[in-house]
Amino acid sequence: MSQEFRLDKGGFINRDKKISFKFNGKQYFGYEGDTLASALIANGVHLVGRSFKYHRPRGFFGAGVDEPYAIVQLFRNNETDPNIKATEQELFEGLRAESVNCWPNVNFDIGAINNFFRMFIPAGFYYKTFMWPKSFWYKLYEPIIRKAAGFGKASIKHDQERYEHKYEYCDLLITGSGPSGLASAYAAAKNGAKVILAEDKPRFGGSLLTTDVNIGNQTGVEWTKKIISELKSMSNVIVKNRSQVFGYYDHNMLVMNERLSDHLPKTEKYTPKQRLWYIRAKEVIISSGSIERPLVFGNNDTPGVMLSSAAKEYIKVYGVIVGKKPLIFTNNDSGYETAIEFKKNGIDPLVLDTRNDPKSDIINEAKSLNIKIKISHVVVTAKGYKKVKSADIAKISDDKKHLSEIENVACDCICVSGFWTPSIHLASQSGNKSTFSEEIDAFIPDKSKQRETTVGSAKGIFTLEETLENAFESGFNLSKKITNNDNKISVPSVVEKKFTNHDKFWCVPLPKGKNYKRFLDFQNDVAVSDIELALREGYRSIEHVKRYTTLGMATDQGKTSNLNGLQLVSDVENKVVPQVGHTTFRPPYTPISIGAIVGREVGKHSKPTRKSPMHEWHKKNNAVFVDAGIWLRPRYYKKGNENLFEASKREAKNVRQNVGVCDVTTLGKIDIKGPDAAEFLNRVYTNAWLKLPIGKARYGVMLREDGIVMDDGTTTRISENHYHMTTTTAQAANVLSHLEYYLQLVWPELNVNVVSTTEQWAGAAIAGPNSRKLLQKLFTNKDVSNESLPFMGYTEGDFFGINAKIYRISFSGELAYEVNVESDYGNFMWEKIMEVGKEFNIQPYGTEALSTLRIEMGHVAGSELDGRTIPYDNSLEGLVSKKKDFIGKRSLDKAAFIRPDREKIVGVVPLDKKTSIPEGSYLVKDPKAKLPNPKLGHVSASCWSVEYDNPFSLAIIKDGKNMIGKKLYALSPLKNKSIHVEIVSSHYVDPEGKRVRS
Amino acid sequence: MLYIKCPHCGMRSQNEFAYGGDATVKRPELNKEISDSEWNNFVYLRKSPRGKHLELWQHISGCRQWIKVERDTLTHEIFKTFKAEE
Ligand SMILES: [Zn+2]
Repeated sequence: MSQEFRLDKGGFINRDKKISFKFNGKQYFGYEGDTLASALIANGVHLVGRSFKYHRPRGFFGAGVDEPYAIVQLFRNNETDPNIKATEQELFEGLRAESVNCWPNVNFDIGAINNFFRMFIPAGFYYKTFMWPKSFWYKLYEPIIRKAAGFGKASIKHDQERYEHKYEYCDLLITGSGPSGLASAYAAAKNGAKVILAEDKPRFGGSLLTTDVNIGNQTGVEWTKKIISELKSMSNVIVKNRSQVFGYYDHNMLVMNERLSDHLPKTEKYTPKQRLWYIRAKEVIISSGSIERPLVFGNNDTPGVMLSSAAKEYIKVYGVIVGKKPLIFTNNDSGYETAIEFKKNGIDPLVLDTRNDPKSDIINEAKSLNIKIKISHVVVTAKGYKKVKSADIAKISDDKKHLSEIENVACDCICVSGFWTPSIHLASQSGNKSTFSEEIDAFIPDKSKQRETTVGSAKGIFTLEETLENAFESGFNLSKKITNNDNKISVPSVVEKKFTNHDKFWCVPLPKGKNYKRFLDFQNDVAVSDIELALREGYRSIEHVKRYTTLGMATDQGKTSNLNGLQLVSDVENKVVPQVGHTTFRPPYTPISIGAIVGREVGKHSKPTRKSPMHEWHKKNNAVFVDAGIWLRPRYYKKGNENLFEASKREAKNVRQNVGVCDVTTLGKIDIKGPDAAEFLNRVYTNAWLKLPIGKARYGVMLREDGIVMDDGTTTRISENHYHMTTTTAQAANVLSHLEYYLQLVWPELNVNVVSTTEQWAGAAIAGPNSRKLLQKLFTNKDVSNESLPFMGYTEGDFFGINAKIYRISFSGELAYEVNVESDYGNFMWEKIMEVGKEFNIQPYGTEALSTLRIEMGHVAGSELDGRTIPYDNSLEGLVSKKKDFIGKRSLDKAAFIRPDREKIVGVVPLDKKTSIPEGSYLVKDPKAKLPNPKLGHVSASCWSVEYDNPFSLAIIKDGKNMIGKKLYALSPLKNKSIHVEIVSSHYVDPEGKRVRS
Repeated sequence: MLYIKCPHCGMRSQNEFAYGGDATVKRPELNKEISDSEWNNFVYLRKSPRGKHLELWQHISGCRQWIKVERDTLTHEIFKTFKAEE
């Protein structure tokens, strides 16, 4: 067997299936079922990275989600992922991983020079050093920190993987499949509840995979298999492995990330890489278990120092031994379990127990196996740089303050156990204020705030018997509340080893004259001395100490470091831990990829794309599209080598000279019906609506209650109690909500109904001097003369066998009609118009030409109705009724709104008649005045007037009505332009409006 | 994400709703003479209570009805929901 640290038997790996992989360019192999960590350890690789601040060598510390060290850059199927925990990454054929945070390589790292200067990098170093001078920050500090800080590199390529989101509802969500999760899931499922059981790891069973216990007449592993297969066969249960419930949000909404493909060489077709589940659970059972705490001693970050539970997991799950001369350093019975596993596999461990007279079954078992045990002993410091070579150990006095009999013992790994910390993260996220348990020296969940119950070791229950009792009970009771069933499963009998009390001691004092670094946070390099310094400098709140020292702020969120940090603060401050309190747990429990959070809403899927029924025609005819809200609209139709400017000019000119057609399907349309419809419109719009005759349209302006213009558009009276309202494309949804608000809440006595019909109608605006001639040819049986269908008239007609609605309204200022047909006939209508219009020189025009046409006519649009202007500002005061009340009217009396020099819309023409004025330019008197140059107004919209063949802009300017004829400057600092301009009327073309009435 | 009981449709997730502000504000009647300060109170001034708050939501991706929701602004607990006319 070529793997030096692999056992011949044991574990759940498949020794028949070899898997080859590369780490830092070197080829290795492992087995199916390995993690990257277990495979590397089996191959004797213990150096996997460098620490964050001092670039000290880093190995493996845990075997799962709590891992602070073994973070790698993963390469999979031409993609790369940073910050992958080697302890979680399952091995697949062809896996490639590299160390992070080291340069040029992990064995010789230049950054490690920090290690020799570490006296210069104490707590708060960044705050203290990089304060001044300011210019140094950009030039020197930031680039250096950027290069030195952080783990891994994000891929700069677009992520080709597919991520999905899923919504699910259940009675009980159970987070974790250890003994407590399995028991509560089983009890609840058998009682008829809809259950989701989520397990983060690939294998179910949690601690049952690594402890020698019996449940009923089966081993823990057998029992797990039985329960899981039974649960999987039940239709009311969803069982998921590789699924981390990482966030607990309001109203029992939990989010789970399912990793479907990360363990495979590449994602299979039609399968997402990861799936994010939004789960609304009636009840949540938190069975997330507990994480072993480290013991703190000198150089306790040396590769080879790891959690005793991790060492046991490598043996029991992967058949891998982490060392051949193990030192077990423990303050409780858990360390003995690991020692026994080593011994059973032919390796002699040495156990150092901090307690002075521990007695229990498991210690007796260890003794009977002839395991060497030293009580009242501690590790003073680990020795060795890239791997543990030996340890200085010592006897410790009963008051735990004095060391004696210091000696050096050879060892190649140090397995530490400082007792167990319940994983209360989810409970805490749900709002549960935790409480400190003196018995286990850790926080446990207190009173539930949401519908959440914690069971098992996550609650601080560490015997299997109690765990099962408690979990079966919880699963049954909670399911009974929901299903009203009464099918109770009896709790199976248990055989387990009894443990005795742990020792509260956790931090080994320094021997006289020694200054070993004793680390608390292994990822952020926070040592005991850093916390002590922060406290000496006056930091008291644990939240401040955390930020100042960065304790627990690394990607592992302090899963192994938080509690020891709190213990230290409480020791130094002479307080008890509950007085110190703990920092807030926030989601996510473990890092989640941005891809999973974003899901499928990527690129063009980040919002829906709406297309008009004529979209394909536009595409075929070289339309260049523009986003208008969520709609795609033709901006212009490209002919030959034309650019935007040339094409839109041609299109607009053709409207002024012949006839053009524009797709206006995107306009918001609202159908309004009911006997009180006229009264309602009269309250919604600023102008009068009670006397609008049937078959007539009217332009209207609506305000918000604060007097600001909300939207404008035409509304047509179709029949006695039926109106058709149009809104701007952008405001359609807001206007509908606005109308519903007043009808449902403010004036429920009005008998009116509103409904959006935007998608029901396809619209074509036919505009230009030839438009009537064209219309007559489209509606041959209809009299469309100026007398029969005057400006603002409405009629219906037969359009080649289809019913069409004809509105004589105009946005372009030309003689114009809008023809609407049912959406499905939109393309038919459009093609007919183009075909029949040929003889009148018809051309389609896009939004750019449409803008040109409305700007030179002085018609306002979104750029003027910008949420800051009132009717007066837009020269719409003629539409404001003095006689009746309407929404927002009372606000129009405000002093600011009736100021004599109130802003008003004007036209702007450059004196040279050549230079286009950038939109957003400021209008000022003196372009060279001292800054801030007093601003008179701003340019809201610009075009090239096709009527006069020179640039023309609209602007909203202070005292606008008295500014006509004045010369000002338009400044655009962005485009570095200063243009001498003249202020003219906003109605640049056809100010009397003769054309629309012609 | 909140879980809101629409009185017309049943329990629905927050992303189907749009928030609509304080439900206790009453719009002054039309054509009624009122003082500037009364009007300004109506347009601009809102309380921001810590605790129980009666507020408006619209079920925009559902039945489009405006509803009233009694919610704790601190804990997000929803005590009761009402139809517009209740
Ligand atoms: Zn509803």
